[in-house]
Amino acid sequence: MVKIKNILLSNIVPIVFVVLCVSAIIIADIPINFLVVEIITRITRNSFLVLSLLIPVVAGLGLNFGIVLGAMAGQAAMFFAIDWGMSGVTGLIISCLLATVIAILLGFLSGLLLNRAKGKEMITSMILGFFANGVYQLFFLFFIGSIIPFSTKTMLLPDGVGLRNTVDLWGTLEGVLNNIWIIRMGQYGMIRLYMVPLIIIIVLCLFIFFLFKTKLGQDMRAVGQDMYSSEVAGIDVDKVRIIAVILSTVLAAIGQIIYLQDIGTINTYNSHEQVGLFSIAALLVGGATTRKASIWNAIIGVILFHTLFIVAPSAGNKLFGQPQIGEYFREFIAYAVIAFALAMHGLETKKSMAIQKAK
Amino acid sequence: MEKILEMRNICKSYYGNQVLTNVNLDLFPGEIHSLVGENGSGKSTLMNILFGMPVIQNTGGFEGEIIFEGKPVIIDSPRKAMELGIGMVHQEFMLLPGFTITENIKLNREITKKNFLSRIFGKSLETLDIPRMRKDARKALDTVGMTTLDEWIPVAGLPVAYKQFVEIAREIDKKNLKILVLDEPTAVLSESEVKGFLEVVRFLSKEGIAILFISHRLSEVLEVSDRVTILRDGFVVDHGPISSFNAISIAEKMVGRKVEILELPKRGKNLDETDVIMSINDLHVLMPGEMVKGFDIDIIRGEILGIGGLAGQGKLGIANGIAGLFPSNGSVYFEDEPFQLNNPGFALNKGIVYLSEDRRGVGLLLDESVEINITATAIQAYGEFMKWLLFLKIYDKKAIRQHAIKMIKELDIRCKSPSQPVRRLSGGNQQKVCLARAFTLKPKILFVSEPTRGIDVGAKKLVLDYLVKMNREKGITIVMTSSELAELRSICDRIAIVSEGKPSAILKPTDSDAEFGMAMAGKFQEVIMGER
Repeated sequence: MVKIKNILLSNIVPIVFVVLCVSAIIIADIPINFLVVEIITRITRNSFLVLSLLIPVVAGLGLNFGIVLGAMAGQAAMFFAIDWGMSGVTGLIISCLLATVIAILLGFLSGLLLNRAKGKEMITSMILGFFANGVYQLFFLFFIGSIIPFSTKTMLLPDGVGLRNTVDLWGTLEGVLNNIWIIRMGQYGMIRLYMVPLIIIIVLCLFIFFLFKTKLGQDMRAVGQDMYSSEVAGIDVDKVRIIAVILSTVLAAIGQIIYLQDIGTINTYNSHEQVGLFSIAALLVGGATTRKASIWNAIIGVILFHTLFIVAPSAGNKLFGQPQIGEYFREFIAYAVIAFALAMHGLETKKSMAIQKAK
Repeated sequence: MEKILEMRNICKSYYGNQVLTNVNLDLFPGEIHSLVGENGSGKSTLMNILFGMPVIQNTGGFEGEIIFEGKPVIIDSPRKAMELGIGMVHQEFMLLPGFTITENIKLNREITKKNFLSRIFGKSLETLDIPRMRKDARKALDTVGMTTLDEWIPVAGLPVAYKQFVEIAREIDKKNLKILVLDEPTAVLSESEVKGFLEVVRFLSKEGIAILFISHRLSEVLEVSDRVTILRDGFVVDHGPISSFNAISIAEKMVGRKVEILELPKRGKNLDETDVIMSINDLHVLMPGEMVKGFDIDIIRGEILGIGGLAGQGKLGIANGIAGLFPSNGSVYFEDEPFQLNNPGFALNKGIVYLSEDRRGVGLLLDESVEINITATAIQAYGEFMKWLLFLKIYDKKAIRQHAIKMIKELDIRCKSPSQPVRRLSGGNQQKVCLARAFTLKPKILFVSEPTRGIDVGAKKLVLDYLVKMNREKGITIVMTSSELAELRSICDRIAIVSEGKPSAILKPTDSDAEFGMAMAGKFQEVIMGER
């Protein structure tokens, strides 16, 4: 009995979300076909980004709000690839390579910063994200077209300086990965499986799984548990943490590219902003904590969180006659989940300190 | 035989506080060399230097040289020490609770095998070879006698003794191990476990591993070691083969002060037995486990009054009741005026200061600095150490610092600086901080409970000396509650023995052991009556 109770309690967040999702689906009376199509789209779109959060959690850095930096790197790379006249798969690969280079640099810098803020990584990475957003805006609003040459005038604001609010990827990078291999299923082939992004996600899962079976992964797990003991055992703690942040940032950059090619337009000054928040919320909904997260947490989290996203407006409409309520509800839930997770984190830290003190 | 290790003229100071002075230590292969000394004598610092612990580098390194196998070496990180073949079992466990025993034993020395990714990205992406790691761990566990312990269970939840053995297994699994440092390994073990442990230590020394053994238990030191080095206050006071020492001579050298009844300084003028500073009548205190059920005594101005008795008889309740920490009633007069019970603020304002036996829980702000702890109550209760800045009243940091430094010197508080958090201090030094805080309040009566509980011999003597000094010089009346009769008898003028919540006798320190024994057992009155 106690065991069952413990299992239920430790998985309380996903369970609550299953209940919420199921009741919202019933209330909204959403056709299953539509729901499946939407969920599959969201999985292909978002999983990669959510998975990019796993490594820092295991390495003890908590939730890396700094994946916003990775997302910026991904977007920036795409702008330049388009400007250089790249399109199709080549354009995408070039974008990924360029994004990786930028992300390694940004990841290294944020790793250095986070090493100076041990124990306060989460708030530091969050504020770092806000700061980087400012730099990003300065760069793409004032430098592009003035200091930095940019030849595609249609992407620029009328006076030739700064990028437009939205950049359309149609004809350049839109759906490049999705369209390579599509399997159609269900009635009239309504359910479309974009195989390439799915395969990439599976490969990433396998890579993460593999990583934690290697020496580097073992070092990350050790550092994540106890930095001091790891250092005494001769592990270069700072280096391991920097590698974890770099990996996370690079994965986020690639994840953002996968996300944007699916969406089809880049919201120049907003696309990256919500990435950190929603990815983290999804991971937490999947049952992860600030100290423990697995691939399954990520996948389940994406499914549950986005199911609620899909059905909440309809449910809100049915219940209150206003889709706005549902919209509001999902925003509210994203923040509530994160707040809950952080409070739990604080509580756990306090508890473990109390236990240590008792010793 | 050639020495495997020599540490020459090692000096180390923490923020100007010299903790090691010209320490020399040498070690031969296969010997068991004990390092003994009181808490804070510098043993752990010396070992941290040998092991290149980060705390040494972060505090400015050390002076002197380390010669390993005849060559001078620089050990600036634990990794370097390990490469040389120095292993250390730390006082606090260096085990990762979420890892299995095998993963802990093999931490950062994992056996790996190549895979296709590691060929591209290098060694750090090689896969762990779990079966081989388990085999090695098994062998190491068997060597330390843990044959029944599964090597693939998590360390979290293991009994402490097992963790200790896992730590040793980790060290001996290091193939190049030449020196093993054991920092108070037996402190957490029971007697029977110690026996097995010492056997393992002997076995390792026969294998040719030099062992540096740190322990407080002198019987173990005498039993197991070949040579011994004694440290006191950062100096080597003696060293040599164990056969030239016995427990008493080691203890004397460690403490360096004769352990005997103190020669108390004389008072300027004798106590006036009619000058009662506080009169307690029929005091009842509701302190769980230490109930007071009708205690009376007249406390004479300027005396040191001891309160003794067995645990649970109520001796701790008296001071707690007067200080207002537990509900109490009774009629108490302070300087011939009625005294309000159940009012901690009233007691403080009248100059009655209480030092709790629970110093970590009640006595100290553990995360605050030494200086704040010393002055906090004075600031809070009397508004001292404050100054006006325009219309704001603020802390006078300079005065606080000055006062703290004065107290640190006077009480010999071993801290790195006045701003160090008290949590990091040893028990004895925490107690000294408590005393410093109490005397900062310039009390008329100081109630002090169990002032020497859980602190080592040297600190004990200092604490008692200081109490006597303040009593003689400042005329502060002291009421000391203690479970250690010997310490009450060494400094008190009178000793009240409490039994079943009531006073059973008031004795002089010179009274016989038998009288004290009977008083503690609550039989005193009956015996006296019987003799008549």
